[in-house]
Amino acid sequence: MTGRDTAPLDAPLDALAALGRAAIATVRGTGRITLFGLEGMSHFFRPPWYGRLFWHSLVEIGYYSLPVVALTAVFTGMVLALQAATGLSRFNAESAIANLVVLSMTRELGPVLAGLMVAGRVGAAMAAELGTMRVTDQIDALSTLQTDPMKYLVAPRLAGGLVALPILVLIGDILGVLGGFVIGALKLGFNPGVYLANTVNFMQTADVVSGLVKAAVFGLLVALMGCYHGYNSRGGAQGVGAATTSAVVSASVLILAFDYVLTELFFAR
Amino acid sequence: MSDTPKIRVRGLCKAFGAKKVLDGVDLDVAPRTSMVVIGGSGTGKSVLIKCILGLLEPDAGSIEIDGADVLRMDREAATELRSHAGMLFQNGALFDSLPVWENVAFGLLAQARRKHTRITRAEARARADAVLGQVGLAPSVGDLWPSELSGGMQKRVGLARAIAHQPDMLFFDEPTTGLDPIMGAVIDGLIVDCVKRLGSTAVAITHDMASAQRIGDRAAMLHHGRIVWEGRAAELLESGNEVVDQFTHGRREGPIQMELRR
Repeated sequence: MTGRDTAPLDAPLDALAALGRAAIATVRGTGRITLFGLEGMSHFFRPPWYGRLFWHSLVEIGYYSLPVVALTAVFTGMVLALQAATGLSRFNAESAIANLVVLSMTRELGPVLAGLMVAGRVGAAMAAELGTMRVTDQIDALSTLQTDPMKYLVAPRLAGGLVALPILVLIGDILGVLGGFVIGALKLGFNPGVYLANTVNFMQTADVVSGLVKAAVFGLLVALMGCYHGYNSRGGAQGVGAATTSAVVSASVLILAFDYVLTELFFAR
Repeated sequence: MSDTPKIRVRGLCKAFGAKKVLDGVDLDVAPRTSMVVIGGSGTGKSVLIKCILGLLEPDAGSIEIDGADVLRMDREAATELRSHAGMLFQNGALFDSLPVWENVAFGLLAQARRKHTRITRAEARARADAVLGQVGLAPSVGDLWPSELSGGMQKRVGLARAIAHQPDMLFFDEPTTGLDPIMGAVIDGLIVDCVKRLGSTAVAITHDMASAQRIGDRAAMLHHGRIVWEGRAAELLESGNEVVDQFTHGRREGPIQMELRR
Protein backbone atom coordinates (compact mmCIF):
# COMPACT_ATOMS: atom_id res chain seq x y z
CA MET A 1 0.00 0.00 0.00
CA THR A 2 1.29 3.42 -0.82
CA GLY A 3 0.76 6.58 1.16
CA ARG A 4 -1.65 7.73 -1.53
CA ASP A 5 -3.79 4.60 -1.03
CA THR A 6 -4.18 5.11 2.70
CA ALA A 7 -4.68 8.87 2.64
CA PRO A 8 -8.49 8.83 2.24
CA LEU A 9 -8.79 6.67 5.36
CA ASP A 10 -6.52 8.78 7.57
CA ALA A 11 -9.04 11.45 8.55
CA PRO A 12 -11.86 9.13 9.67
CA LEU A 13 -9.38 6.84 11.45
CA ASP A 14 -7.83 9.81 13.26
CA ALA A 15 -11.29 10.97 14.32
CA LEU A 16 -12.12 7.46 15.51
CA ALA A 17 -8.86 7.25 17.44
CA ALA A 18 -9.53 10.62 19.08
CA LEU A 19 -13.02 9.44 20.03
CA GLY A 20 -11.53 6.25 21.50
CA ARG A 21 -8.96 8.20 23.49
CA ALA A 22 -11.66 10.50 24.84
CA ALA A 23 -13.84 7.53 25.80
CA ILE A 24 -10.93 5.80 27.59
CA ALA A 25 -10.03 9.03 29.39
CA THR A 26 -13.65 9.46 30.52
CA VAL A 27 -13.91 5.89 31.81
CA ARG A 28 -10.53 6.19 33.53
CA GLY A 29 -11.49 9.53 35.11
CA THR A 30 -14.83 8.15 36.29
CA GLY A 31 -13.05 5.17 37.82
CA ARG A 32 -10.53 7.39 39.61
CA ILE A 33 -13.26 9.64 41.03
CA THR A 34 -15.31 6.62 42.14
CA LEU A 35 -12.33 5.02 43.90
CA PHE A 36 -11.43 8.35 45.48
CA GLY A 37 -15.00 8.76 46.77
CA LEU A 38 -15.20 5.19 48.05
CA GLU A 39 -11.87 5.52 49.85
CA GLY A 40 -12.99 8.83 51.38
CA MET A 41 -16.31 7.35 52.54
CA SER A 42 -14.65 4.20 53.89
CA HIS A 43 -13.17 6.42 56.62
CA PHE A 44 -16.73 7.13 57.88
CA PHE A 45 -16.59 3.64 59.39
CA ARG A 46 -12.93 3.47 60.48
CA PRO A 47 -11.52 5.32 63.49
CA PRO A 48 -9.98 7.67 64.36
CA TRP A 49 -12.65 10.23 63.52
CA TYR A 50 -12.12 13.97 63.41
CA GLY A 51 -15.31 15.31 65.02
CA ARG A 52 -14.05 18.88 65.14
CA LEU A 53 -13.33 18.86 61.37
CA PHE A 54 -16.74 17.34 60.61
CA TRP A 55 -18.40 20.07 62.66
CA HIS A 56 -16.29 22.69 60.88
CA SER A 57 -17.42 21.29 57.49
CA LEU A 58 -21.06 21.31 58.60
CA VAL A 59 -20.79 24.97 59.59
CA GLU A 60 -18.88 25.90 56.44
CA ILE A 61 -21.22 24.07 54.05
CA GLY A 62 -24.51 24.48 55.91
CA TYR A 63 -24.54 27.58 58.07
CA TYR A 64 -22.55 29.87 55.78
CA SER A 65 -24.55 28.79 52.71
CA LEU A 66 -27.84 29.48 54.42
CA PRO A 67 -28.25 33.12 53.27
CA VAL A 68 -27.66 32.36 49.59
CA VAL A 69 -29.85 29.24 49.63
CA ALA A 70 -32.59 31.04 51.56
CA LEU A 71 -32.67 33.97 49.14
CA THR A 72 -32.67 31.64 46.15
CA ALA A 73 -35.53 29.58 47.60
CA VAL A 74 -37.69 32.58 48.55
CA PHE A 75 -37.39 34.25 45.16
CA THR A 76 -37.86 30.97 43.31
CA GLY A 77 -41.08 30.30 45.25
CA MET A 78 -42.31 33.82 44.47
CA VAL A 79 -41.51 33.52 40.76
CA LEU A 80 -43.11 30.07 40.60
CA ALA A 81 -46.35 31.43 42.05
CA LEU A 82 -46.37 34.33 39.59
CA GLN A 83 -45.63 32.13 36.57
CA ALA A 84 -48.13 29.52 37.69
CA ALA A 85 -50.79 32.18 38.00
CA THR A 86 -50.11 33.30 34.42
CA GLY A 87 -50.12 29.76 33.03
CA LEU A 88 -52.89 28.18 35.05
CA SER A 89 -55.29 31.10 34.60
CA ARG A 90 -55.58 30.06 30.91
CA PHE A 91 -57.23 26.84 32.12
CA ASN A 92 -59.12 28.42 35.04
CA ALA A 93 -56.94 26.32 37.33
CA GLU A 94 -55.55 29.03 39.64
CA SER A 95 -56.43 26.90 42.65
CA ALA A 96 -53.57 24.58 41.71
CA ILE A 97 -50.95 27.30 42.25
CA ALA A 98 -50.21 26.22 45.82
CA ASN A 99 -49.92 22.58 44.69
CA LEU A 100 -47.56 23.44 41.86
CA VAL A 101 -45.33 25.55 44.09
CA VAL A 102 -44.96 22.93 46.82
CA LEU A 103 -44.44 20.07 44.34
CA SER A 104 -41.81 21.97 42.33
CA MET A 105 -39.96 23.20 45.38
CA THR A 106 -39.78 19.95 47.31
CA ARG A 107 -39.15 17.57 44.44
CA GLU A 108 -36.94 19.57 42.09
CA LEU A 109 -36.09 23.20 42.58
CA GLY A 110 -35.22 23.04 46.27
CA PRO A 111 -32.50 20.39 45.96
CA VAL A 112 -31.25 21.36 42.50
CA LEU A 113 -30.92 25.09 43.14
CA ALA A 114 -29.45 24.58 46.61
CA GLY A 115 -26.99 22.05 45.13
CA LEU A 116 -25.91 24.47 42.40
CA MET A 117 -25.54 27.35 44.86
CA VAL A 118 -23.46 25.22 47.23
CA ALA A 119 -21.38 23.93 44.30
CA GLY A 120 -20.47 27.51 43.41
CA ARG A 121 -19.79 28.61 46.97
CA VAL A 122 -18.41 25.57 48.77
CA GLY A 123 -17.13 23.28 45.99
CA ALA A 124 -14.89 26.06 44.69
CA ALA A 125 -13.61 26.87 48.19
CA MET A 126 -12.83 23.20 48.92
CA ALA A 127 -10.93 22.79 45.65
CA ALA A 128 -8.97 25.99 46.26
CA GLU A 129 -8.11 25.05 49.85
CA LEU A 130 -7.02 21.49 49.10
CA GLY A 131 -5.29 22.58 45.88
CA THR A 132 -3.24 25.15 47.79
CA MET A 133 -2.41 22.55 50.41
CA ARG A 134 -1.26 20.19 47.65
CA VAL A 135 1.01 22.68 45.86
CA THR A 136 2.54 23.93 49.13
CA ASP A 137 3.34 20.35 50.32
CA GLN A 138 0.90 20.56 53.24
CA ILE A 139 -0.79 17.31 52.15
CA ASP A 140 2.61 15.55 52.04
CA ALA A 141 3.36 17.06 55.45
CA LEU A 142 0.20 15.42 56.84
CA SER A 143 1.45 12.03 55.65
CA THR A 144 4.81 12.55 57.38
CA LEU A 145 2.94 13.35 60.61
CA GLN A 146 1.18 9.97 60.80
CA THR A 147 -2.07 11.38 59.46
CA ASP A 148 -3.91 9.96 56.47
CA PRO A 149 -4.89 12.98 54.31
CA MET A 150 -7.97 11.12 53.03
CA LYS A 151 -9.16 10.65 56.60
CA TYR A 152 -8.21 14.14 57.78
CA LEU A 153 -9.14 16.26 54.76
CA VAL A 154 -11.57 14.35 52.56
CA ALA A 155 -13.79 12.24 54.85
CA PRO A 156 -15.01 15.14 57.06
CA ARG A 157 -15.86 17.21 53.99
CA LEU A 158 -17.77 14.37 52.32
CA ALA A 159 -19.69 13.75 55.55
CA GLY A 160 -20.33 17.49 55.90
CA GLY A 161 -21.79 17.70 52.38
CA LEU A 162 -23.88 14.58 52.91
CA VAL A 163 -25.48 15.93 56.10
CA ALA A 164 -25.57 19.69 55.54
CA LEU A 165 -27.34 19.86 52.19
CA PRO A 166 -30.54 18.01 53.26
CA ILE A 167 -30.84 20.42 56.19
CA LEU A 168 -30.31 23.38 53.88
CA VAL A 169 -32.87 22.01 51.41
CA LEU A 170 -35.46 21.46 54.14
CA ILE A 171 -35.10 25.09 55.16
CA GLY A 172 -35.12 26.13 51.48
CA ASP A 173 -38.30 24.14 50.84
CA ILE A 174 -40.07 25.90 53.70
CA LEU A 175 -38.87 29.32 52.56
CA GLY A 176 -39.77 28.61 48.91
CA VAL A 177 -43.31 27.60 49.85
CA LEU A 178 -43.46 30.70 52.03
CA GLY A 179 -42.40 32.83 49.04
CA GLY A 180 -45.23 31.33 46.98
CA PHE A 181 -47.62 31.91 49.86
CA VAL A 182 -46.67 35.59 50.11
CA ILE A 183 -47.35 36.13 46.39
CA GLY A 184 -50.53 34.01 46.52
CA ALA A 185 -51.96 35.81 49.52
CA LEU A 186 -50.76 39.38 48.93
CA LYS A 187 -50.68 39.73 45.15
CA LEU A 188 -52.99 37.08 43.69
CA GLY A 189 -55.73 37.54 46.30
CA PHE A 190 -55.88 33.98 47.68
CA ASN A 191 -57.32 33.44 51.10
CA PRO A 192 -54.18 32.71 53.22
CA GLY A 193 -55.87 29.86 55.08
CA VAL A 194 -57.08 28.20 51.90
CA TYR A 195 -53.65 28.58 50.25
CA LEU A 196 -51.94 26.94 53.23
CA ALA A 197 -54.57 24.20 53.42
CA ASN A 198 -54.07 23.45 49.71
CA THR A 199 -50.33 23.27 50.27
CA VAL A 200 -50.52 20.95 53.25
CA ASN A 201 -53.25 18.71 51.79
CA PHE A 202 -51.49 18.25 48.47
CA MET A 203 -47.95 17.70 49.77
CA GLN A 204 -46.92 14.08 50.29
CA THR A 205 -44.15 12.69 52.43
CA ALA A 206 -42.55 11.11 49.35
CA ASP A 207 -42.17 14.56 47.73
CA VAL A 208 -40.17 15.89 50.66
CA VAL A 209 -38.19 12.70 51.29
CA SER A 210 -37.21 12.31 47.63
CA GLY A 211 -35.98 15.91 47.65
CA LEU A 212 -33.94 15.32 50.77
CA VAL A 213 -32.39 12.15 49.35
CA LYS A 214 -31.49 14.10 46.23
CA ALA A 215 -30.00 16.80 48.46
CA ALA A 216 -27.82 14.26 50.28
CA VAL A 217 -26.53 12.90 46.95
CA PHE A 218 -25.90 16.42 45.61
CA GLY A 219 -24.09 17.40 48.83
CA LEU A 220 -21.86 14.36 48.48
CA LEU A 221 -21.20 15.16 44.80
CA VAL A 222 -20.29 18.78 45.51
CA ALA A 223 -17.86 17.78 48.29
CA LEU A 224 -16.46 14.92 46.21
CA MET A 225 -15.75 17.12 43.20
CA GLY A 226 -14.23 19.87 45.37
CA CYS A 227 -12.01 17.40 47.21
CA TYR A 228 -11.04 15.33 44.15
CA HIS A 229 -10.01 18.25 41.96
CA GLY A 230 -8.27 20.08 44.82
CA TYR A 231 -6.47 16.98 46.10
CA ASN A 232 -5.14 16.15 42.64
CA SER A 233 -4.28 19.67 41.51
CA ARG A 234 -0.81 20.30 40.09
CA GLY A 235 1.28 23.17 38.90
CA GLY A 236 0.99 26.10 41.29
CA ALA A 237 -1.55 28.92 41.15
CA GLN A 238 -2.69 28.03 37.64
CA GLY A 239 -3.33 24.44 38.68
CA VAL A 240 -5.34 25.54 41.70
CA GLY A 241 -7.41 27.86 39.49
CA ALA A 242 -8.09 25.03 37.03
CA ALA A 243 -9.04 22.71 39.91
CA THR A 244 -11.54 25.27 41.19
CA THR A 245 -13.16 25.64 37.79
CA SER A 246 -13.28 21.87 37.25
CA ALA A 247 -14.82 21.33 40.69
CA VAL A 248 -17.68 23.78 40.06
CA VAL A 249 -18.37 22.73 36.47
CA SER A 250 -18.26 18.97 37.13
CA ALA A 251 -20.37 19.25 40.29
CA SER A 252 -22.99 21.33 38.45
CA VAL A 253 -23.21 18.93 35.52
CA LEU A 254 -23.34 15.90 37.84
CA ILE A 255 -26.11 17.48 39.92
CA LEU A 256 -28.27 17.88 36.80
CA ALA A 257 -27.45 14.38 35.54
CA PHE A 258 -28.09 12.72 38.90
CA ASP A 259 -31.30 14.74 39.28
CA TYR A 260 -32.62 13.00 36.18
CA VAL A 261 -31.42 9.57 37.31
CA LEU A 262 -32.91 9.94 40.80
CA THR A 263 -36.20 11.28 39.42
CA GLU A 264 -36.40 8.22 37.18
CA LEU A 265 -35.71 5.99 40.17
CA PHE A 266 -38.27 7.66 42.42
CA PHE A 267 -41.12 8.56 40.13
CA ALA A 268 -40.90 6.79 36.75
CA ARG A 269 -43.88 4.51 36.20
CA MET B 1 23.67 -5.60 63.80
CA SER B 2 25.70 -2.41 63.96
CA ASP B 3 26.72 -2.92 60.31
CA THR B 4 23.09 -2.63 59.15
CA PRO B 5 22.52 0.81 57.73
CA LYS B 6 19.57 2.72 59.14
CA ILE B 7 18.51 3.44 55.56
CA ARG B 8 19.62 1.36 52.58
CA VAL B 9 18.48 2.24 49.06
CA ARG B 10 19.24 -0.12 46.18
CA GLY B 11 18.55 0.30 42.47
CA LEU B 12 15.86 2.92 43.04
CA CYS B 13 14.18 4.04 39.82
CA LYS B 14 11.46 6.62 39.32
CA ALA B 15 10.24 8.15 36.08
CA PHE B 16 7.58 10.74 35.36
CA GLY B 17 6.27 9.90 31.90
CA ALA B 18 9.28 9.56 29.63
CA LYS B 19 11.59 11.43 31.99
CA LYS B 20 13.73 9.15 34.15
CA VAL B 21 14.46 11.06 37.34
CA LEU B 22 16.04 8.29 39.41
CA ASP B 23 17.84 5.60 37.45
CA GLY B 24 19.25 3.07 39.88
CA VAL B 25 20.13 5.02 43.03
CA ASP B 26 22.20 3.15 45.65
CA LEU B 27 22.67 4.86 49.01
CA ASP B 28 23.46 3.77 52.58
CA VAL B 29 22.97 5.94 55.64
CA ALA B 30 24.52 4.64 58.85
CA PRO B 31 22.61 4.97 62.13
CA ARG B 32 22.99 8.28 63.96
CA THR B 33 24.87 9.93 61.08
CA SER B 34 23.88 12.76 58.77
CA MET B 35 23.97 12.24 55.01
CA VAL B 36 23.77 15.24 52.71
CA VAL B 37 22.66 14.64 49.12
CA ILE B 38 23.73 17.36 46.69
CA GLY B 39 22.90 17.80 43.03
CA GLY B 40 21.59 20.28 40.51
CA SER B 41 18.02 21.49 40.32
CA GLY B 42 15.69 18.85 38.91
CA THR B 43 18.10 15.95 39.44
CA GLY B 44 15.66 14.11 41.70
CA LYS B 45 16.91 14.90 45.21
CA SER B 46 13.42 15.66 46.50
CA VAL B 47 12.02 12.64 44.64
CA LEU B 48 14.59 10.45 46.43
CA ILE B 49 13.52 11.48 49.93
CA LYS B 50 9.83 11.43 48.97
CA CYS B 51 10.30 7.82 47.87
CA ILE B 52 12.03 6.96 51.17
CA LEU B 53 9.19 8.62 53.10
CA GLY B 54 6.51 6.81 51.06
CA LEU B 55 5.14 10.02 49.53
CA LEU B 56 6.00 8.70 46.05
CA GLU B 57 5.96 5.12 44.85
CA PRO B 58 9.18 4.10 43.09
CA ASP B 59 9.05 2.16 39.83
CA ALA B 60 11.78 -0.29 40.88
CA GLY B 61 14.37 -0.93 43.56
CA SER B 62 14.31 -1.42 47.30
CA ILE B 63 14.28 0.83 50.35
CA GLU B 64 15.28 -0.79 53.63
CA ILE B 65 14.83 0.83 57.01
CA ASP B 66 16.59 -1.05 59.83
CA GLY B 67 17.00 -3.93 57.38
CA ALA B 68 13.30 -4.25 56.49
CA ASP B 69 12.22 -3.51 52.91
CA VAL B 70 9.39 -0.98 53.26
CA LEU B 71 8.28 -1.45 49.66
CA ARG B 72 7.51 -5.13 50.23
CA MET B 73 5.78 -4.98 53.59
CA ASP B 74 2.07 -4.34 54.16
CA ARG B 75 0.83 -0.76 54.31
CA GLU B 76 0.22 -0.78 58.08
CA ALA B 77 3.74 -2.00 58.88
CA ALA B 78 5.32 0.50 56.46
CA THR B 79 3.29 3.31 58.02
CA GLU B 80 4.42 2.23 61.49
CA LEU B 81 8.08 2.19 60.39
CA ARG B 82 7.79 5.56 58.71
CA SER B 83 6.02 7.05 61.75
CA HIS B 84 9.50 7.28 63.27
CA ALA B 85 10.45 9.91 60.66
CA GLY B 86 10.20 13.69 60.70
CA MET B 87 10.51 16.01 57.71
CA LEU B 88 11.36 19.67 57.29
CA PHE B 89 9.93 20.80 53.94
CA GLN B 90 11.62 23.35 51.71
CA ASN B 91 8.88 25.96 52.14
CA GLY B 92 7.99 24.91 55.68
CA ALA B 93 4.61 23.44 54.57
CA LEU B 94 3.03 24.69 57.79
CA PHE B 95 -0.72 24.15 58.04
CA ASP B 96 -2.06 27.66 57.51
CA SER B 97 -5.43 26.80 59.05
CA LEU B 98 -3.81 26.06 62.43
CA PRO B 99 -1.91 28.33 64.84
CA VAL B 100 1.79 27.69 65.31
CA TRP B 101 1.45 25.64 68.51
CA GLU B 102 -1.06 23.27 66.88
CA ASN B 103 1.32 22.85 63.94
CA VAL B 104 4.09 21.87 66.34
CA ALA B 105 1.84 19.56 68.38
CA PHE B 106 0.24 17.98 65.30
CA GLY B 107 2.53 14.93 65.23
CA LEU B 108 2.17 14.42 68.99
CA LEU B 109 -1.62 14.48 68.77
CA ALA B 110 -1.60 12.18 65.73
CA GLN B 111 0.72 9.75 67.51
CA ALA B 112 -1.56 9.72 70.57
CA ARG B 113 -4.60 9.13 68.35
CA ARG B 114 -2.89 6.25 66.55
CA LYS B 115 -1.78 4.58 69.78
CA HIS B 116 -5.13 5.23 71.51
CA THR B 117 -3.40 7.17 74.28
CA ARG B 118 -4.82 10.37 75.66
CA ILE B 119 -3.14 13.75 75.55
CA THR B 120 -5.09 16.87 76.50
CA ARG B 121 -4.83 20.05 74.49
CA ALA B 122 -3.21 21.74 77.50
CA GLU B 123 -0.54 19.02 77.66
CA ALA B 124 0.00 19.25 73.90
CA ARG B 125 0.37 23.03 74.20
CA ALA B 126 2.94 22.66 76.97
CA ARG B 127 4.92 20.15 74.88
CA ALA B 128 4.71 22.46 71.84
CA ASP B 129 5.99 25.41 73.89
CA ALA B 130 8.92 23.30 75.10
CA VAL B 131 9.84 22.26 71.55
CA LEU B 132 9.49 25.84 70.32
CA GLY B 133 12.01 26.74 73.03
CA GLN B 134 14.44 24.15 71.62
CA VAL B 135 14.45 26.00 68.29
CA GLY B 136 14.83 29.40 69.93
CA LEU B 137 11.24 30.61 69.78
CA ALA B 138 9.25 32.04 72.69
CA PRO B 139 5.98 30.37 73.79
CA SER B 140 4.08 33.49 72.64
CA VAL B 141 4.97 32.55 69.03
CA GLY B 142 2.68 29.55 69.48
CA ASP B 143 -0.36 31.82 69.32
CA LEU B 144 0.62 33.30 65.95
CA TRP B 145 -0.55 32.03 62.57
CA PRO B 146 1.97 30.72 60.01
CA SER B 147 1.24 33.66 57.70
CA GLU B 148 2.45 36.03 60.43
CA LEU B 149 5.94 34.48 60.54
CA SER B 150 9.10 35.45 58.65
CA GLY B 151 10.82 32.86 56.42
CA GLY B 152 13.39 32.05 59.12
CA MET B 153 10.72 31.63 61.79
CA GLN B 154 8.70 29.38 59.48
CA LYS B 155 11.76 27.14 59.08
CA ARG B 156 12.21 27.03 62.86
CA VAL B 157 8.56 26.13 63.37
CA GLY B 158 8.84 23.51 60.61
CA LEU B 159 11.87 22.07 62.40
CA ALA B 160 10.02 22.12 65.73
CA ARG B 161 7.11 20.26 64.12
CA ALA B 162 9.48 17.69 62.60
CA ILE B 163 11.22 16.90 65.92
CA ALA B 164 8.24 17.22 68.32
CA HIS B 165 7.40 13.51 68.26
CA GLN B 166 11.11 12.64 68.72
CA PRO B 167 11.65 10.74 65.47
CA ASP B 168 14.72 8.59 64.93
CA MET B 169 14.98 9.63 61.25
CA LEU B 170 14.96 13.24 60.09
CA PHE B 171 14.74 14.51 56.51
CA PHE B 172 15.53 18.04 55.45
CA ASP B 173 14.57 19.39 52.03
CA GLU B 174 16.81 22.37 51.26
CA PRO B 175 16.62 23.75 54.79
CA THR B 176 18.44 27.03 54.06
CA THR B 177 16.89 27.95 50.70
CA GLY B 178 15.55 31.51 50.71
CA LEU B 179 17.29 32.48 53.94
CA ASP B 180 20.09 35.01 54.40
CA PRO B 181 23.52 33.48 55.21
CA ILE B 182 23.30 34.24 58.92
CA MET B 183 19.82 32.78 59.31
CA GLY B 184 20.95 29.82 57.18
CA ALA B 185 23.81 29.18 59.62
CA VAL B 186 21.41 29.49 62.57
CA ILE B 187 19.02 26.92 61.05
CA ASP B 188 21.93 24.59 60.27
CA GLY B 189 23.12 24.89 63.88
CA LEU B 190 19.63 24.05 65.15
CA ILE B 191 19.45 21.05 62.82
CA VAL B 192 22.80 19.71 64.05
CA ASP B 193 21.76 20.26 67.69
CA CYS B 194 18.40 18.53 67.19
CA VAL B 195 19.89 15.56 65.35
CA LYS B 196 22.54 15.08 68.07
CA ARG B 197 20.08 15.53 70.95
CA LEU B 198 17.63 13.00 69.51
CA GLY B 199 20.36 10.61 68.33
CA SER B 200 18.59 10.55 64.97
CA THR B 201 19.72 9.56 61.51
CA ALA B 202 19.42 12.51 59.13
CA VAL B 203 19.20 12.90 55.36
CA ALA B 204 19.38 16.43 53.99
CA ILE B 205 19.29 17.66 50.43
CA THR B 206 20.73 20.99 49.52
CA HIS B 207 22.65 22.98 46.93
CA ASP B 208 24.21 25.14 49.61
CA MET B 209 27.80 23.91 50.05
CA ALA B 210 28.36 25.73 53.35
CA SER B 211 25.14 24.22 54.69
CA ALA B 212 26.09 20.75 53.39
CA GLN B 213 29.39 20.85 55.25
CA ARG B 214 27.81 22.16 58.45
CA ILE B 215 25.02 19.57 58.54
CA GLY B 216 26.56 16.46 57.01
CA ASP B 217 28.88 13.77 58.28
CA ARG B 218 28.83 12.25 54.81
CA ALA B 219 27.76 13.54 51.41
CA ALA B 220 26.64 12.06 48.11
CA MET B 221 26.21 13.63 44.69
CA LEU B 222 23.16 12.78 42.57
CA HIS B 223 23.68 13.24 38.84
CA HIS B 224 21.73 11.81 35.91
CA GLY B 225 19.59 9.76 38.27
CA ARG B 226 22.48 8.01 40.03
CA ILE B 227 24.82 8.61 42.95
CA VAL B 228 28.11 9.47 41.22
CA TRP B 229 30.18 10.18 44.33
CA GLU B 230 30.00 9.55 48.04
CA GLY B 231 32.43 10.56 50.74
CA ARG B 232 32.95 12.65 53.85
CA ALA B 233 31.13 15.96 53.78
CA ALA B 234 34.32 17.70 54.85
CA GLU B 235 35.92 16.54 51.57
CA LEU B 236 33.21 17.98 49.34
CA LEU B 237 35.33 20.84 48.05
CA GLU B 238 38.30 18.60 47.14
CA SER B 239 36.60 15.35 46.22
CA GLY B 240 38.70 14.67 43.13
CA ASN B 241 35.53 13.87 41.20
CA GLU B 242 35.14 16.21 38.25
CA VAL B 243 31.32 16.26 38.46
CA VAL B 244 31.39 17.13 42.17
CA ASP B 245 34.20 19.65 41.67
CA GLN B 246 32.30 21.48 38.94
CA PHE B 247 29.15 21.57 41.08
CA THR B 248 30.73 22.57 44.38
CA HIS B 249 32.86 25.29 42.79
CA GLY B 250 30.05 26.51 40.54
CA ARG B 251 32.06 26.25 37.29
CA ARG B 252 30.31 26.73 33.97
CA GLU B 253 32.68 24.36 32.16
CA GLY B 254 32.74 20.68 32.97
CA PRO B 255 30.86 17.42 32.61
CA ILE B 256 27.58 18.90 33.89
CA GLN B 257 25.79 20.57 31.00
CA MET B 258 22.75 22.73 31.69
CA GLU B 259 19.74 21.16 30.05
CA LEU B 260 17.88 24.02 28.43
CA ARG B 261 15.00 21.87 27.30
CA ARG B 262 14.25 18.21 27.16
